[in-house]
Amino acid sequence: MKLHYEVPGDDFTRAGEASGDVKRKLKSLGFPPDVIRRITIAIYEGEINMVIHAGGGVADIEILPDRITAVLADQGPGIPDIEKAMQEGWSTAPDNIRSLGFGAGMGLPNIKKYSDILNIDTEVGRGTTLTITVLVNPEHREMHNHNH
Amino acid sequence: MTVSELVAELGLEVIVMGDKDREITGGYSCDLLSWVIGRANPGDAWITVIGNINTIAVSILADTSCIILAENSAIDPQATKRAETEGVTVLRSSKNAFQLSFEIGRLLKVV
Repeated sequence: MKLHYEVPGDDFTRAGEASGDVKRKLKSLGFPPDVIRRITIAIYEGEINMVIHAGGGVADIEILPDRITAVLADQGPGIPDIEKAMQEGWSTAPDNIRSLGFGAGMGLPNIKKYSDILNIDTEVGRGTTLTITVLVNPEHREMHNHNH
Repeated sequence: MTVSELVAELGLEVIVMGDKDREITGGYSCDLLSWVIGRANPGDAWITVIGNINTIAVSILADTSCIILAENSAIDPQATKRAETEGVTVLRSSKNAFQLSFEIGRLLKVV
């Protein structure tokens, strides 16, 4: 099953629509609760990042019996320092975002924590594409970063 | 302890009642949403002062048993509506997060 969502920019009231819808679909398909929790948290964090930093983007989800893959692509500013962005607590979110409860600097770390395979393709001035995979039976975790 | 038992024990205001029989297995107190999503456990009673629509989304994704708004903090009408639609329990108290954490911890016999 393939799903496609537009993630609007600067609209926090609609952020979470993709992850919420994916959660409902995975539940009805009978995926294990832990798998549903991990992929939907990762998608939600990605949605929020696109709203805060990138003026929105698109989310494409592929659901297979053994894995769920989410490709989150934006045409935002890109991530200049991926190592810092992966550190817990590092955030470039502005104060008005923090007052909404965001900007903890946990977005990408959470995505890494909950995914089995994470690929980050980012270029300053071009945008960022995250490819997040959660395996139904995770045998190993690996991470690839591609910084251009 | 169930959600409805917690409401009765602490005299909490019920803004939205989802699953009143949901078992509360622990507690978590934090206002940073990504922190909560990454660290709260399913079944936790989540104490916060952030009452916007994203609070509801985080509660759903982290699978907390309820949200408790501390210090009578406000909730957006949109958030209330989303909680009703999704069946997320939202409670409120005049007590602060420290007091609520202590009292819930005592009820759960973890302090």
